[in-house]
Amino acid sequence: MKRASQVLAVGVVVAMFGLLAWRLVDKAEGGAASALREGKLVDAPGFTLPRLDRPGELSLASLRGKIVVLNFWASWCQPCKEETPLLDRAWRTYRNRGVVVLGVDARDFRGDARRFIRKYGITYPVVHDAKGSTLADYELTGFPETFIVGRDGRLLEHFAGAVSAQELGSGIERALARR
Amino acid sequence: MRLLALGLAALALAAPALASQERPTLSELESEVICPTCKSTLDQSSSPIASRMRAFISTRIAAGDSKQQIKDALVAEFGQAVLAAPPKEGFNLLAWLIPLALLAGGGIAVTLAARRWRVSASEAQSRVPPLDPKAEARLDDELRSFDA
Repeated sequence: MKRASQVLAVGVVVAMFGLLAWRLVDKAEGGAASALREGKLVDAPGFTLPRLDRPGELSLASLRGKIVVLNFWASWCQPCKEETPLLDRAWRTYRNRGVVVLGVDARDFRGDARRFIRKYGITYPVVHDAKGSTLADYELTGFPETFIVGRDGRLLEHFAGAVSAQELGSGIERALARR
Repeated sequence: MRLLALGLAALALAAPALASQERPTLSELESEVICPTCKSTLDQSSSPIASRMRAFISTRIAAGDSKQQIKDALVAEFGQAVLAAPPKEGFNLLAWLIPLALLAGGGIAVTLAARRWRVSASEAQSRVPPLDPKAEARLDDELRSFDA
């Protein structure tokens, strides 16, 4: 009996250490932004989220074959207000060339986000991530952040903070030039 | 009489809790809701979303919503992680029961161990052999010489 409880205690301690080691290794691997910074070619983490601009859902996988400008934003974020007109202009300029701008609103009230869409005249699709489940996968540190996803679903570019017209334009052109 | 007193005490304790459920205050909810960007309770946060959440809660309180209705609305917007403490139902009940079970188990283990130590200590005491009469006499002599 004594021996069995000793074995059990040691087993529990080993399991706890194992869990700690796994958690550390798992965290050290990082998210999409780290991989991109290290020059690795990684798939854009997938998601299916409810749309804010119309009823229904939209999944990233359904946009495979197109270049996706993935913009993470929230209605309370000041730089997002300045960046939005630029993203909408890019959407209208490039949509006929197989480019989709997709907004991901997170950590936000849906009502506020819809008001923001109306106020700033957003015409590109916008989804709502109520639980912020995509933020860890993309390793977001704040809002806004923008990723460019290639036709093959791989991440190509990452812009932390508000993206400039020049950065966005050249990022999209680079993605279009890839075959 | 004792039962009546207990009943009155329970009622006195339950009444404020019930009032808090039906007519919550902003400061109560601020300590029970997490700001999704800074991961601290609203009363510890001055982030833009925390301010917006405070405004939302104030509006709902003014509209006469109960604490549960306000929490449900916030969970619908931000998910369960917005609550500082998990709800006491379903799978989340485990988060409340497991610490209590561990505490009770620890208490039982300590009680059993203490009882075992006490029994083995008294057994050890009873196993001490009586002193040899000669040695006892010598000890008494030496003690007497000390006193002198």
